[in-house]
Amino acid sequence: MDLSLSTRSVGDRTVVEVGGEIDVYTAPKLREQLVELVNEGHYHLIVDMEGVDFLDSTGLGVLVGGLKRVRAHEGSLRLVCNQERILKIFRITGLTKVFPIHGSVDEAVAAND
Amino acid sequence: MATVELRFSALPSHVRTARLVAAAVARQAGVDDSVLDEVRLAVGEACSRAVGLHVRNGVSHPVRVKLTQQEKRFLIEVGDGVPTPVTAHADSSAAEALSLAAGAGGNGGGEQADDTMGLAVISGLVDDLVIGHDDDGGIIRMSWPIADPADDEL
Repeated sequence: MDLSLSTRSVGDRTVVEVGGEIDVYTAPKLREQLVELVNEGHYHLIVDMEGVDFLDSTGLGVLVGGLKRVRAHEGSLRLVCNQERILKIFRITGLTKVFPIHGSVDEAVAAND
Repeated sequence: MATVELRFSALPSHVRTARLVAAAVARQAGVDDSVLDEVRLAVGEACSRAVGLHVRNGVSHPVRVKLTQQEKRFLIEVGDGVPTPVTAHADSSAAEALSLAAGAGGNGGGEQADDTMGLAVISGLVDDLVIGHDDDGGIIRMSWPIADPADDEL
């Protein structure tokens, strides 16, 4: 399965809905999308990963890169994920301490810190 | 010892194929369903790393994946064609990857961070892991237990 991306605004947040597989082949598309959003002035991003079937370290690297970019503008990057197999990858790499991970988009939108 | 071997050009699009083949063969060999996700992820990480090494070093040889069903273990070997031994170790941490990513000027550091993060994921996932090299280049060996068919008959 390829990668699907769609974006929508919720208040001052921009939600990026990701579906499919994020790997060495598809991660560049996600990177482009995040770079484009930041360049357009969207600094508070929520990446909804509920539709993601597979995530590897290349995808993690893209998310870390996105976080760096929004932080340069005092922005934020929050993740929405409930899938144990995806959460496990964040735990293994210690990235649960780096990304705020929420159970729903509503929860991520409401979060402030 | 039943084996399946796969050789593919160092293209990111083929990594998914390698993942699918490895998971299918692992399932057929009797690897427990609960760890197939780990097998898929670990093989993907090893293959992504090999593809990156081939591209960065201008290596034209294919990436090698060997899947071997032993008596009690399922062995996966992913070989790259980069002759010099790679200095990175399995204990590379994600923190190191992050610091590399943070310090990256947008050039090689990002790739190095991806590489380190990939090894961090593999070492976090796989209990039986050896990172070494053979005559052709670097090689990552990983294995998982095969469920005993006798257990199913009980």
